[in-house]
Amino acid sequence: MIVLDPTGYPPKIAAKPLAARLDTLNGRTVYLVDCRFDDSDVFLKQMQAWFAEHMPSVQTVFKPISSVYLVDDPKTWEEIKARGHAAILGVGH
Amino acid sequence: MTIEAKYGVPTVAVHTDKFDKVVRSVAEVSGMPDLAQVFVPQPIMGKTAAQLRAYVDGKDPISGRPVMQEVIEGLTLPRSRGVASEYDRSTPRLVEPDTEDNLHRLFLERNWTDKLPIVLPTEERVAAMLARTRRKPDEVVGRMRSTHFREYWEYTVEKVAVNAVMAGARPEYFPVILALAATGVTARGSSSSAVAAMAVVNGPIRREIGMNAGTGAMGPYSHANATIGRAYGLLSQNGQGGSVPGLSYMGNQGNNYAYNSVTFAENEERSPWEPFHVQHGLAAGDSAVSVFSGVRSTAFTLGLREKHWREHVRHLLRGMDPHGPPALLLDPIAARQFVDRGGFGKKDALIDWLHDTARMRAGEYWDYQLIQNYIYPRATFGEEPWASKLRAAPDEEIPMFRREDIHVIVVGGETNGYWRIMGCTYGKTESVDAWR
Repeated sequence: MIVLDPTGYPPKIAAKPLAARLDTLNGRTVYLVDCRFDDSDVFLKQMQAWFAEHMPSVQTVFKPISSVYLVDDPKTWEEIKARGHAAILGVGH
Repeated sequence: MTIEAKYGVPTVAVHTDKFDKVVRSVAEVSGMPDLAQVFVPQPIMGKTAAQLRAYVDGKDPISGRPVMQEVIEGLTLPRSRGVASEYDRSTPRLVEPDTEDNLHRLFLERNWTDKLPIVLPTEERVAAMLARTRRKPDEVVGRMRSTHFREYWEYTVEKVAVNAVMAGARPEYFPVILALAATGVTARGSSSSAVAAMAVVNGPIRREIGMNAGTGAMGPYSHANATIGRAYGLLSQNGQGGSVPGLSYMGNQGNNYAYNSVTFAENEERSPWEPFHVQHGLAAGDSAVSVFSGVRSTAFTLGLREKHWREHVRHLLRGMDPHGPPALLLDPIAARQFVDRGGFGKKDALIDWLHDTARMRAGEYWDYQLIQNYIYPRATFGEEPWASKLRAAPDEEIPMFRREDIHVIVVGGETNGYWRIMGCTYGKTESVDAWR
């Protein structure tokens, strides 16, 4: 018996390069980016407290995104690019 | 992924563990399989600061390694294994030939069905479906994705026909199914809130193909209603590249409405108001289908009592989650009662009243979890009307919904004046005639 495949057509996958990793976090600024979903802000502030206790040489900035996670936020990304060295985004659900 | 790829900032994404497969899959199809991803236990919601600190101090439940060690390594250790710059993922036109039983098993195993028996899409059956549209089989009808983060897949007229056959639809239903596909609104959204879709058909096509707008319209008593809605669901899950729990579907409880996407015809002949598609710019003689997404909640009552009908309706509306705006599905008896009791000679007048009636204290409104997740950030960003709502005092009664998100549709066979409210979001109205 011959039948047709019901699945649609996916787009081609184009590889995107990852950013170069840092040699160390000491003396660097890490942005903790709150995606503003559920209680991600409470979680990221606990992570910020962890850095203060265990890696005080790391500067952290708690930064909520400008709107909801469904909306791109170039203003925030540009700020992090200009003023920070790395980012931690959370919390995906 | 944007900040990593476009802005060149080393980034770690933290997720809850229930989403490990889906986020790895999204990273893969986004061309970033080595993206640094760290997991913490689910849920985050409702946990105290101390409990969430324990997540930070604890281990990644997927890898078993300390969360903060993974975070730091994700920012400092080389990650890229090197992947091809671009590669194709074509899907075949035909399935490998096999026996009928084996093909049924294959379709089940590949998650191409809704787990109910299907009609196998032979070339002959698909050709009969294709004969009911002037559109060419290889014409692209639209594209869908299960969630904001996933990539769009596209589908042709033939792919829609394949899914229509699988659903058991008759060829004469095909233009309606094509119109549903053309909306691009998926009936298989992957939201953890377990959403379904709803589809309302208007115009002459309803009678031509025997759709039911009366007794039992919302199921399961009409072949056209049942199979058109089922085809919409199958086309969505297959056309968008899947709807698999834990991978591309995250609805926590699932949703029984998804079996046929609450598909019915509006009872235009017995409605005191203009049809839904006319409200959205089409002529009464046009045929159209309108789709809603985010179908989750339902409230119902019987008729409108003379003395307290306003309070009864207010309480029904008040019971909805404010992030799921109301679509009133009124039996013609209930519709005429709204005219008689409230003087709502036009749907617009009723919608005005509903908008003004559905209110709650601002403090309570802003404390809803979904309002916090999806509306509060937009309000703080200055987006109206939510920015103005945010300025209200905590005890001030504010509208629960935007007026433009409230809808009224007439359906039912007048066996009584029961009516219901579906919590859902209007998506789009698409011409059926354009797909004949």
